[in-house]
Amino acid sequence: MDTKSKLRTYILESFLFTNDQNALADDDSFLEKGFIDSTGILEVIYFIEDQFKFKVSDDEMVPENLDSINKIVAFVQRKKA
Amino acid sequence: MCGIAGVFHFESASRPDKNLLQAMITQVKHRGPDGFGFHISNQIGLAHSRLSIIDIAGGDQPIHNEDKTIWVIFNGEIFNYIELREQLAMHGHQFYTKSDTEVIVHLYEQYGDDFVNQLNGQFAISLWDSKKNRLILARDRVGITPLFYHLDNNRIFFASEIKSILAGMGKSPTLNPDGLDQLMTFWSAVSPVTVFQGVYEVSPGEMLIIENNKITKKRYWDWAFPISPSEYLNSPENDQLDQLRDILINATKIRLRADVPVGAYLSGGLDSTVISSIIHKYSDANLRTFSLQFNDKELDESAHQDEVVNYLKTQHSSIRCSTSDIAENFLATIWHTEQPILRTAPVPMKILSGFVRRNNYKVVLTGEGSDEVLGGYDIFKETKIRKFWAKRPDSSMRPLLLKRLYPYLDLSRNNARKYLEAFFGTDIGLPETDYFSHIPRWTTTAKVKEFFSTDFKLRLSDNAISNMVASLPNNISQWHIFNRAQYIEAKSLMGGYLLSSQGDRMLMANSVEGRFPFLDHRLIEFANKMHPNLKMKVLNEKYCLKKAMKADVPPGVLARYKQPYRAPDIPAFFTGKSPDYVDHLLSDVNLKNAGYFDASKIQLLLKKIRAGRAIGYKDNMALVGVLSTQAWHDHFITNYQVNFTDKSVNTFK
Repeated sequence: MDTKSKLRTYILESFLFTNDQNALADDDSFLEKGFIDSTGILEVIYFIEDQFKFKVSDDEMVPENLDSINKIVAFVQRKKA
Repeated sequence: MCGIAGVFHFESASRPDKNLLQAMITQVKHRGPDGFGFHISNQIGLAHSRLSIIDIAGGDQPIHNEDKTIWVIFNGEIFNYIELREQLAMHGHQFYTKSDTEVIVHLYEQYGDDFVNQLNGQFAISLWDSKKNRLILARDRVGITPLFYHLDNNRIFFASEIKSILAGMGKSPTLNPDGLDQLMTFWSAVSPVTVFQGVYEVSPGEMLIIENNKITKKRYWDWAFPISPSEYLNSPENDQLDQLRDILINATKIRLRADVPVGAYLSGGLDSTVISSIIHKYSDANLRTFSLQFNDKELDESAHQDEVVNYLKTQHSSIRCSTSDIAENFLATIWHTEQPILRTAPVPMKILSGFVRRNNYKVVLTGEGSDEVLGGYDIFKETKIRKFWAKRPDSSMRPLLLKRLYPYLDLSRNNARKYLEAFFGTDIGLPETDYFSHIPRWTTTAKVKEFFSTDFKLRLSDNAISNMVASLPNNISQWHIFNRAQYIEAKSLMGGYLLSSQGDRMLMANSVEGRFPFLDHRLIEFANKMHPNLKMKVLNEKYCLKKAMKADVPPGVLARYKQPYRAPDIPAFFTGKSPDYVDHLLSDVNLKNAGYFDASKIQLLLKKIRAGRAIGYKDNMALVGVLSTQAWHDHFITNYQVNFTDKSVNTFK
């Protein structure tokens, strides 16, 4: 599974509790949709660290890196590059 | 405390059946294991199960007046009964017992319906005036003692717990969808609604009068706050603190009146320490204290408890509560709460009351109510910060104050300020809304409702928040925003959950009575006139209490951060092997049969939990909320026949 599919499945199953792919678009903001709060974002960070094998620093825990599927994919690619 | 149950027949030539009353009162035997009493006459049947605390030899109920025309059954305590009795004797009333119950019938003779204003205490009263064919159901001012009722075609059932009403109804109840929707927003349904369709509570501070085939509701008391700044007390601060202290000391002393020994809960926090200190210093009672301990260091307060025990030299016992203890006691807890819960916090309170009872105590004083009356909760702090922030929504500095809110949480990895801001910033543009204080909490709690099934959502007819708003007093907008938050907190979380699911029900499950000096109405009325700045000085909560009681409590207690009482939620059910009932209640087939929740979403929640990834409040609340709703359904609907009509005895009775 590629990075985007892995992330999509994880976000859909763990925060929206559904397998319906239409429930979330790649650019939808997690904050605006209201399903990720301050502990939710820690869950996302643990998942990223676990799956993609790098540490997310405190400075990187900002919505610019983490607030949509596309933003996380871009963040992961930058980190892996 | 005790248990009461009864039935009134609207048809005048109809007499209630003793067997039915027996079946009803048997359901609340845990509230009063020391004996049953009945009074049955035309139209009325009254039943009582007694926990003997005052006048052990002579206090059997029902109690009547001199010519046996007025009868009463009563659950609770009238703490000022000694003064009331003297006053009534001067008016010529004759007493045949030494009980607190007997003052009620004579007060009614003397003052009519206003009798209730004379009472200082916690009570659920059913009074039958046979001359006027008039029934009164009255409940204490803040909702310490429960009282429910249900109307069918020609009868009204009433009781301390809904179980008795279910036994009387003779048919399986159904869930009230709007009640569950409200519970999953505010932690309980909005009074008088319950999660049982057609079953209501007598609201705190109200009485129901049933006369001439009519039911009239009468509110005799409510929390009230100044509508203009000039109405706040303007005496010097020290005078106000002295008065507060005097009232609290008296409120504690009269709550030590009993013919059995009285103990106290000691959490290690400010409120229970204050109560214990007062007992220690101002009464002759030997102080016996009890507390809970947890294995999880984040939740455990035993170091603080030890500090207080050493300072006050109390005779102290504590009980350690493990995750498996919570799992083992969970189903029995829901049998007693009679409503779903969103946290497991009630379960250890049931374990603690069992421990108290095994130590041969049946009355405890606690610090409950202080946070509502004197403004101690974080929600009041949040409100202050959010209000300050709302004046300059673009400020980047103001939301930094939020960091001062939760010093006890492990925020080592949490630099995610934007996310905290998003949470506390919910509807930040609405500071003048009456319920501004509660928007973040209600929004977070309501996320549990995302697990509702599509069919169930279609059964909802009302919006939970509009129901809550409709229940607020007309002049609430004129109150200080801090007082508005206090009112909502007292009426929703305290009345519907803390005093019920986490209070009376967990205490009475083991026949233990709780008494709450901070909820003495004289203290509430006085504190409501104190300016909010004395309750929270900048961000120092319960400033007035800390300053008033400074000389009596260990300095460490004054200095420590306020830690809310919590218990393990998800870990209680998923540490090691899950109890069998988890798989059973959350199986696809049982979820679909009950119909409240979306089975496929629950399976994904379980998958996340089992992968160890469910760490947030939302998932924890969802799991406990769904599991407890399923347990509720199993106890009261699926197993209705077994639990409420057959002779077989339920394991939780």
